[in-house]
Amino acid sequence: MATYSTNEFRGGLKIMLDGDPCSIIENEFVKPGKGQAFNRVKIRNLKTGRVIERTFKSGESVEGADVMDTSLQYLYSDGEFWHFMDPNSYEQIAADATAVGDATKWLKEQDLCEVTLWNGAPIAVTPPNFVVLAVTDTDPGVRGDTSGGGGKPATLETGAVVRVPLFIEIGDMLRIDTRTGEYVARAKE
Amino acid sequence: MLLTRIREFFVNAGVLEVETPVLSAAGTTDPAIESFTTTYHGPGPCHGSRLYLHSSPEFPMKRLLAAGAGSIYQICKVFRDGESGRRHNPEYTLLEWYRAGFDHVALMVEVEALLREVLRDLLPLAPARHWTYRELFVEYAGIDPFATSVSEIRQVLQAKGSNAPPGLAEDEFDGWLDLLLTHVIEPALDPGLVFVSEYPASQAALARLLPGEPPVAARFEVYLDGVELANGYHELTDAAEQLRRFERDNTRRGARHLAAIEPDRRLLAAMRSGLPDCAGVALGIDRLLMIAGGVSHIDEVMVFPLGTA
Repeated sequence: MATYSTNEFRGGLKIMLDGDPCSIIENEFVKPGKGQAFNRVKIRNLKTGRVIERTFKSGESVEGADVMDTSLQYLYSDGEFWHFMDPNSYEQIAADATAVGDATKWLKEQDLCEVTLWNGAPIAVTPPNFVVLAVTDTDPGVRGDTSGGGGKPATLETGAVVRVPLFIEIGDMLRIDTRTGEYVARAKE
Repeated sequence: MLLTRIREFFVNAGVLEVETPVLSAAGTTDPAIESFTTTYHGPGPCHGSRLYLHSSPEFPMKRLLAAGAGSIYQICKVFRDGESGRRHNPEYTLLEWYRAGFDHVALMVEVEALLREVLRDLLPLAPARHWTYRELFVEYAGIDPFATSVSEIRQVLQAKGSNAPPGLAEDEFDGWLDLLLTHVIEPALDPGLVFVSEYPASQAALARLLPGEPPVAARFEVYLDGVELANGYHELTDAAEQLRRFERDNTRRGARHLAAIEPDRRLLAAMRSGLPDCAGVALGIDRLLMIAGGVSHIDEVMVFPLGTA
């Protein structure tokens, strides 16, 4: 794998840090006029999602990470693994619970997800920004109340629980923003 | 407007504006500065030789001082390779001035007066705070920079949530102090005008040393709203000591696998003929504009920063 000098640091660059693949979020060059230059870097650990800050002496090199984001179709879960397929090559890949993480509550069969591969193995799954999911359980709807005030919890087909307006009923299809976990609207279906 | 006010200030102070070459046969030996170079293809002198784009007009201005110019100032573009970031652009504007008969203390007073005058309706300034380098480290990092160790610095960094960068060798002691300065101290500095003086002898650069235990450099730095703005010296006038410093710089450059830079023999000759007692300071105009304009990136005060130059 290639190595990168601090002069090549930029947002989005994938590097290895403490044995984990990471992505550079922000790179700041700091240097006293008559002194040593440093790169103060904000980095996301792609395995844990944690953001840390690291300082490098300018001019040092670090190992690059073989990380690739691919768009894969979610097929099914067997309880232990979540199976995805490349819609072009039909090649299948299985991701474990650590890689899928919180995405599991938004995964609907056949949806296209972004799967991050490190050395060809999945380390993170990002669901689509918006998903349409059916309500499997909620308190009876209050017909005609479209005010959106108050609201109530509803359980969706994937097991996720979101706050919805009072008029929502079991069987309704809802559009959800997976980045915030919030209800957006009823979906026509 | 800022430049007009600066020029007014110096007219009133009786300081002469000068221009010196941007291209010169000699470069700086400073291990922390990389110069751009180019080649002149003739005709005339320097035919086929390498020329440096100046990183500061210091050496030719000192030659003017040695020739009897008296107090002088210059506003010019200067160049440094490898520096780009929120507060750095490889080409930037410097105000540099020298005051005959001043020491660094008198010059600090003038720097404050100039900033107060230039920023008058843009940024009202409270009276400046003054720290020695030692006081500053004791106050903000809890250590005495003249009696500390790399392992103690590591502990402070860890406590403040910063790491020890891989590749910073144990014997690059000034590098560790710079790390504390940039990561722990500068972000914690009070807003407003702050002067720091009496640097370790190893960071004297071109300042004379003040006797003491240990001896310290008659050097000062100016911070405005936590941003390093200017660097000044009670200038070294001893040519033999100057040559030793150039040689020490080159030894340090060698340890960092940087090419040695030939000492500027015209400067040394001028110093041997007699550089008058003087103090000098260089101030970053772009950073001054950043602070006056309340912006956080140097690109915002440049018409065409590096990316669009």
